[in-house]
Amino acid sequence: MLVMMEHIRTPKVENVRLLERSSGQRTAAVGTLYLSATHTIFVENNPETRRETWVLHSMVCCMERPPATPTGSPLVLRCKDFRVFQLLFPLERDCLEVHASLSRLSRPVRYSELYCLSFNPNANKEEREESWSFIDLKADYRRMGVPNNLWVATAANSEYRVCDTYPAELFVPKSATPAVVVGSARFRSRGRFPALSYFHQDTLAAVCRCSQPLSGFSGRCQEDELMLQAVMKANPGSEFIYVVDTRPKLNAMANRAAGKGYESEDHYSNIRLLFIGIENIHVMRSSQQKILDVGEMRAPSVTDFLWGLESSGWLKHIKAVLDAGVFIAKAVADEGVSVLVHCSDGWDRTAQACSVASILLDPFYRTIRGFMVLIERDWVSFGHKFSHRYAHLDGDPKEVSPVLDQFLECVWQLSEQFPCAFQFNERFLVAVHSHVYSCQYGTFLGNSEKERRDMRLRERSYSVWPQLWSERSRFSNPLYKAELSQSQGVLRPNTSPYCFKMWKGLYSHLDKATPPRQSPADFLSAVREESQQLEEELTNQQERLAALTGEPIRWEKTAAARGSSSRLPVTYSGPDPPTHCSGPIGSSEPANQRAQRLDSAPSGSPRSPDVEDDLESGVADLSSRSSCGGEDSKDPELD
Amino acid sequence: MEFSDHIKTANVEDVVLRQPLHPPSRGTLCVTGHHLLFSDREEGSSRQVLLLLRNIDAIEKRTPGSSGTITIKCKDLRVLQLDIPGMEQCLNIAQSIETLSCLDNVSEMYPFFYRPNDLSLREQWGLSTPEKHYTQIKELHRKWRLSSVNKTYSVCPSYPPVVIVPKGIDDETLKKVAKFRQGGRFPVLCYYHRKNGMVIMRSSQPLTGANKKRCKEDELLLQVVIEDSDKGFIIDTRSGQQVQQARMTGGGFESKSCYSHWKRLHKQMERGKALQESLIKLVEACGDESHNVDRWLSKLENSKWLSHVQTALSAAGLLVECVERDGHSALVHGYEGTDCTLLICTLAQLIMDPSCRTLEGFLALLDREWLQAGHPFQQRCAHSAYSHARLQQESPIFLLLLDCVWQLWRQFPLALGFSETLLLRLANEVYASDYGTFLCNNDQERCALEVKDRTHCLFQALLRPPERDYYSNPLYEPNELAIWPSVHPQSLQLWRGFFLRWTQQARHLEAVQEEIRSMVIEWHRVTQR
Repeated sequence: MLVMMEHIRTPKVENVRLLERSSGQRTAAVGTLYLSATHTIFVENNPETRRETWVLHSMVCCMERPPATPTGSPLVLRCKDFRVFQLLFPLERDCLEVHASLSRLSRPVRYSELYCLSFNPNANKEEREESWSFIDLKADYRRMGVPNNLWVATAANSEYRVCDTYPAELFVPKSATPAVVVGSARFRSRGRFPALSYFHQDTLAAVCRCSQPLSGFSGRCQEDELMLQAVMKANPGSEFIYVVDTRPKLNAMANRAAGKGYESEDHYSNIRLLFIGIENIHVMRSSQQKILDVGEMRAPSVTDFLWGLESSGWLKHIKAVLDAGVFIAKAVADEGVSVLVHCSDGWDRTAQACSVASILLDPFYRTIRGFMVLIERDWVSFGHKFSHRYAHLDGDPKEVSPVLDQFLECVWQLSEQFPCAFQFNERFLVAVHSHVYSCQYGTFLGNSEKERRDMRLRERSYSVWPQLWSERSRFSNPLYKAELSQSQGVLRPNTSPYCFKMWKGLYSHLDKATPPRQSPADFLSAVREESQQLEEELTNQQERLAALTGEPIRWEKTAAARGSSSRLPVTYSGPDPPTHCSGPIGSSEPANQRAQRLDSAPSGSPRSPDVEDDLESGVADLSSRSSCGGEDSKDPELD
Repeated sequence: MEFSDHIKTANVEDVVLRQPLHPPSRGTLCVTGHHLLFSDREEGSSRQVLLLLRNIDAIEKRTPGSSGTITIKCKDLRVLQLDIPGMEQCLNIAQSIETLSCLDNVSEMYPFFYRPNDLSLREQWGLSTPEKHYTQIKELHRKWRLSSVNKTYSVCPSYPPVVIVPKGIDDETLKKVAKFRQGGRFPVLCYYHRKNGMVIMRSSQPLTGANKKRCKEDELLLQVVIEDSDKGFIIDTRSGQQVQQARMTGGGFESKSCYSHWKRLHKQMERGKALQESLIKLVEACGDESHNVDRWLSKLENSKWLSHVQTALSAAGLLVECVERDGHSALVHGYEGTDCTLLICTLAQLIMDPSCRTLEGFLALLDREWLQAGHPFQQRCAHSAYSHARLQQESPIFLLLLDCVWQLWRQFPLALGFSETLLLRLANEVYASDYGTFLCNNDQERCALEVKDRTHCLFQALLRPPERDYYSNPLYEPNELAIWPSVHPQSLQLWRGFFLRWTQQARHLEAVQEEIRSMVIEWHRVTQR
């Protein structure tokens, strides 16, 4: 903490103007800016609201310093959760100081500088330890019936001897001897040998994952071939397995020149190899940047927007990931054939494809807790490089890529198609997204289980899952009903292009600060809650009635929940504010679903005064503005 | 000519029907004067498919060998396929469908034959007329009156017999104004904004022509409307360039020199053939089976349909801005004043006026603003997206309205008293219906054919108890505020419920609506105990 303090060049600047550009806010608030060791804090001067905005340093992704104007020096903060804040300093010196401070503060170079390790609220050993045992992966394997007479735990990787990016405990086919496992590991990139990701009890088929084989153009490895045989044998009666290489075939072929590559069907008997064509992390990084630009377009025409969407390629990539999951799920559930999934290192595309497949195959992963288990298994334990991909520390920008973002988006796209199938809502996905980037909790730190162990994370930080679980009422989908047919069994999504939409909730924060539109979900949550309460009351009353026979009961009607905004929880669009802080926190106002656009509409943006004289320019002025004083009525300016 | 003359083969056995979302089934096909009836003859099932021939937009026939296949493309966007044994039978059936699906004579159409047991022809017809509207709004009576100048439809053939006009303008003046407006559509009141007493009027374009002709009476009428305030707005649904061109063909616009207190705003909207082509392209894109996201997005963009939705909503927004926010009266017109004009007047009323947002209020609004106001339904909805027939007057302007209303419903799911199912039902009925409501092009034609006496009224039917529940929005909460839609492209969506209604995805979404309905019913049950 103290280490970070020394980077603060100026702790407080007064009369700063703040505009949250991403929220569609149009007028800037005047207030005081504070720099703490962990947050940039802005407190509005307005004595009535004194609204506070907290931005965690590690959420700042980059800064821009546009040229100074007569009104002051601007500084733009872009956050990893896609919010954009614009600050305007009266003095250039302050702007430079804040910029310099934040440049360092937002780029921690050591884990110890991260929020979750530098800040330890009410350190309570028991509570902390308990937080880490909230998700129990072993219990989940037991839930799927593993170990059994087909799949067993292997000790091969204890102390991370064979593969330092894999977890210590893994399941492999029973017939795979330790020698086969170790031999196979030697023939796989970074030792990531085939291991069990998901076992489907109904068909006994399994989803396994690994990295690419070190085959080059003709290399082979007997143990690895035996390993794949063992995977097939672990599915009784099965005659082959699918090997799904999630890369585009060209990429896989190019890898052969570097001594890597893919399985040859000539060398491995009984495999069917296919390529899915998910692009690599670099393509994805630039594609996401493009879709963010689309989200930021000020007043685009429908044409601009759809062109932008198309040329970003983003939805195409999302579809590729979902298609991979759908293929695997179909193979496992419909054909009863096991699938071995890999890409290059087997920690990005492989994690995506396996976790999408699991979510399609097993309704448990569509519950709040199940989803946590899934991320913990396919991402955290299997060594997805969280710290590199989400730039937790100052490092190689080429390592950064929105891999988990894409998985979350696949789940969101599915939830749009099957609105009753998921126990959680969009807010939950956005919250997970934000925690992945924020490092407020230790869960997503480091790149592998080994790194986390070496860091002694469990002794120094908290797990995020109990925190999210405690907020589950806010994250619940009122339409979810476990007994509905839509919620059960295997999901079979349509992956026609028209099923994919831009995920507005993540890429555009427009709707969050403008008074939210009426939300049926919030309404239904209130309805459901009240129905339950009343049912309970009724039961109580009936019990009382039974006790006091003969006594007439007066029914009191409970105030209807309809439209009561007070029931709606405050939503934060960023990571949670620190727990020690009292008073108003968070940058969003309580969602008031009753508020309509009318109240907040800007007071008549001036109409072109001479429409009559200059027809076309008058027309242009009016038509470029999409009417109704919407988010695009006028460029917000800090004046 | 009898219908039977067109039916050479009335019954075919052993026909296979393939339709979306169902497995193929084998059964008997039967052609009648107005319907195609398919009865499933599979073991243990007795499914029937009854299709109005009027619903068929296009058919394609293939006769490889001794049997034939007819592909039927419906105006509700369904595509069916019939495998018919016997080439001759197949050709006969195809011929019957071709002829009977596009009868020109309105009085031969099915609504004149539709006689359900539970409906009587003596029941009330329609929901709203200008007279009714006028009676309901007492505030109007000080400055506005009802005029029967058009009682014989001689002043304006497409107007109803009674309209609402300014009190200071007598019928003689109206007749002169009518001569100065295309199709005789002189300015009439369509909406009174209770909050500030401002009004929306609509008309057709003034016939100023190349010589900049003037009409004192027309200028007077408009002057009277805004006498207490400093100005009014004219929203012209054409571009500045288009109105200049219109002068060359006898049309024109209200120039500043003659209408000094009126400020003209131009909001160019697509209409006519361009709109029909847009629909055709969109439907084609939705049927594209390729799995290419880029191609889909590019086709969606290329259809321009969503751009038209955006334009319509933002034009309506502009109108609402004039009336609600700036507190001025407005006059809306384009060319004939029977298409885009009605579209944006309707949307503006939905945005501003809570009483239009109930199920009944919305249907009454459609009755006034589309049926009474003379939208030429018969011409506009003769064909839909699949037809190979040469386009004449077809244009899906009413469908565009329904889409815009759906966007409003999606953005404000609690603010409208009706549900998506109503919009879907209307989208069907407007093209092919058992009811007489959408027949003909205007009140005069409906009167001549005695539509109100010889057919049943759709709107009344939709308000009967079981239907009423089905079409209401379970989440509806009356709301006095204006509902300003966002017209940002991110906020607009393809109306999947309509354009992709025959896909599995739409079924999931329907299931969700059902779930919501049952949750709310359950909630009512519990709270009322």
